[in-house]
Amino acid sequence: MTTTTRPSLWEYANPVKFMRLTDWLLPLVGWAAAALVLVGLVWGFFFTPDDFRQGSTVKIIFLHVPSALMAINAWIMMLAASLVWLIRRHHVSALAARAAGPVGAVMTLIALFTGAVWGQPMWGTWWAWDPRLTSFLILFLFYLGYIALWSAIEDPDTAADLTAVLCIVGSVFAVLSRYAAIFWNQGLHQGASLSVAPGTRMDWAYKAPLYVAMTGFGLLFLALVLAGTRTEIRARRMSALMTRERMQA
Amino acid sequence: MIPDLGRYVVEVTLAYAVSLALLAGLVGWVWLRGQRVRRELNAVEARARQKK
Repeated sequence: MTTTTRPSLWEYANPVKFMRLTDWLLPLVGWAAAALVLVGLVWGFFFTPDDFRQGSTVKIIFLHVPSALMAINAWIMMLAASLVWLIRRHHVSALAARAAGPVGAVMTLIALFTGAVWGQPMWGTWWAWDPRLTSFLILFLFYLGYIALWSAIEDPDTAADLTAVLCIVGSVFAVLSRYAAIFWNQGLHQGASLSVAPGTRMDWAYKAPLYVAMTGFGLLFLALVLAGTRTEIRARRMSALMTRERMQA
Repeated sequence: MIPDLGRYVVEVTLAYAVSLALLAGLVGWVWLRGQRVRRELNAVEARARQKK
């Protein structure tokens, strides 16, 4: 009798297997991301009608919502990868978390910027100390701190440990950023733009391109994290080889 | 081809221009850094092979 073993997800914690997998997966994800982001944004910018209340500023939603979504999801992904590192000590997961940091930071910056530019004509102000806006600003500062901490510590395992702890602490703000408008039913920012609850608020003329853009941003995040993780794996191997070189000299 | 953005032309254009510039900058940075590290690793591996 023969037994078949199912491939495990943990196999890809092996850097060689990860590199082999992403050799073909990365171009696929990258091109799909480029196509969907392009289609979503072109559709949203050129082919959606003005809103009866917000006018043409409604077109900003195709940048604002996908980037805000990815700003939060990037941190959640970093949290999951950090927990895998802390519990199972898989280097690839720590390097994937590191690679996600700058991507999440840029997504947060885009969400903050587009929110300010949208808020000015709609709310009459670029910025308010609203619960959601404030928690997003703090999340952005956490991203900067996370990136800085990785760069500041020379030993990669110590850096992975400390950034993982920072990631766990920052998760509070990632969750707050998502639910702040519900927790504190006050402030300028509205609740969820898309809801599965009855009485859906958004017309399909906006919802369809928004879903395309959101999928595109999600795939773009994945592509950039995969590419960044490959670079981190190479950088780590290079560092190990250079250390060996110095010891032999 | 360009839609009529009415009185919000500055806000909408600014949002798209800055966001696309940030996205392009991010993609470019990730790609260029990847190329640089790959080149440097190849050089270090070549040196290591020569020493063997």
